[in-house]
Amino acid sequence: MDDIDGQILIDFFRAAATRLDMDRQRLCALDGEIGDGDHGTSMANGFAAVSRRLQQIKGQDPAPAQVMRYAASAFIGEVGATVGPLYATGFLEAARLLEERRLATTDLAELIDAIARGIALRGDACLGDKTMLDAWLPAGQAARDAADAGAGAAQVARAAAEAALRGAQATKGMIASRGRAARLQERNLGHLDPGAASAAVILEAFEETVTEA
Amino acid sequence: MQRFLNDPDNIVDETVAGFVRAHSDIVQLDPNNSRVVVSRFAGGENRVGIVTGGGSGHEPAFLGYAGKNMVDAVAVGEIFSSPTAKSFHDAIKAADGGAGVAVLYGNYAGDNMNVKMAQKMAGKDGVDVQTVVANDDVCSAPLEEREKRRGVAGEIFMWKVGGAMAATGASLPAVITAAQKAINNCRSVGLGLGPCTLPAVGHPNFEIAAGKMEVGIGHHGEPGTHVEDLRSANEIADDMVKLVLDDHDLPAGTEVAVLVSGLGATPVNELYVLYDRIAGQIEARGLTLYRSLVGNYFTSLEMVGATLTVMALDDELKTLLDTDTISPGY
Repeated sequence: MDDIDGQILIDFFRAAATRLDMDRQRLCALDGEIGDGDHGTSMANGFAAVSRRLQQIKGQDPAPAQVMRYAASAFIGEVGATVGPLYATGFLEAARLLEERRLATTDLAELIDAIARGIALRGDACLGDKTMLDAWLPAGQAARDAADAGAGAAQVARAAAEAALRGAQATKGMIASRGRAARLQERNLGHLDPGAASAAVILEAFEETVTEA
Repeated sequence: MQRFLNDPDNIVDETVAGFVRAHSDIVQLDPNNSRVVVSRFAGGENRVGIVTGGGSGHEPAFLGYAGKNMVDAVAVGEIFSSPTAKSFHDAIKAADGGAGVAVLYGNYAGDNMNVKMAQKMAGKDGVDVQTVVANDDVCSAPLEEREKRRGVAGEIFMWKVGGAMAATGASLPAVITAAQKAINNCRSVGLGLGPCTLPAVGHPNFEIAAGKMEVGIGHHGEPGTHVEDLRSANEIADDMVKLVLDDHDLPAGTEVAVLVSGLGATPVNELYVLYDRIAGQIEARGLTLYRSLVGNYFTSLEMVGATLTVMALDDELKTLLDTDTISPGY
């Protein structure tokens, strides 16, 4: 069975950077409805920064944990906003996990859970708070369910991406209690959370990477 | 609105480049980080360093308050985005003179997280870092949830007081106590008449309809408490004073400092129209005006509107407020 190795992660970050760049305006518009309108820029620039850094270790067969550490370092050094520290902490949690042991591509749930754990730790948020966790947490659960049911890597990744998208859509029915949107209270009802929307884009990029690998 | 713009993605770098060139007698760029502006008076031996930071688009905040007896190093973020944890960390390093560093910043989710990470990184370097989080915006949460309120123009008084206290050679806890007192004594309100546009996005993030105004608007266009019909300057000034002072409960005879700041696109003369009425209303409540600032001190791109900040003073705050300062913004 294939592992989540350094090359898959490098390809994934490049795919995510491309997708987020295409979605820049849509994510900024979502953020403009309930936040301050910079989310698309932060995410696209952040993943572009990760991709640039990863060029430095491309072809050196880097360990997957090293790739995640580079990604975290790019977010700490170049992103800022809220997503900088949130994803940096998520990627560091993933790096710690990948240092402990290798993950099979069907173990995607563990990687997603590690990222979600870091995000939750830094942002002090839970499921239902109308944040990116409302995409990440259901994605982890769906990946676990699919793997338990014997699905292959591509199906596991698809289950995660679809659950993330459903989770993001579900944020429309939530009232934010974290971040800038929280200041709007019930006025943010009916709006899609931009952080959850971009999380769904990231997981679609993972699906694309695993499917094409 | 027509803009002076090259590539919107470069606007922050170009702003910082112009700023450090124009004010090279007061500030310089951190040689290791192009998003950190350092006062030429920073790093005084055994003097507490003062750091702040925040998103761009609020000029002259935040970088304009770097200087003598003010802020030692400023972390610069993208437009309306918190600076990176690394930039806050580099600013802490630049401000450190061996007596610890006070990071005095505004209550926003991104800034809170990035400062916390930077504080941890600086702790590993052995630098003692303590923070004060400004929360002076009365309309962003009720008084009993003050810890949820945003930081706005009251931050300028917080930097002024913190920087002046550090200049006396006070310890880090004493600087923190003074800066905390300054922000505790501040109340602010924003009044929005027209929206602003992130240059990279190209269209306004929110609307304020013709003939309407948004009461309690935030520094990034966060919605206020309500939208109502635009009224005369005097009526608006009366409302602003009421919102700020009703939250404050100051005994008659209290001396106050007042800051009326434009949000970017309001002409300065209109700020004086507001100020005249505001000052009269404050005095009519039995308070005494000790110091007033009127101008574009803390803006929000080209938002049309103004903020009012009132800080209650005691003898210590008056002394600190009177300390000489050299900075581009103050």
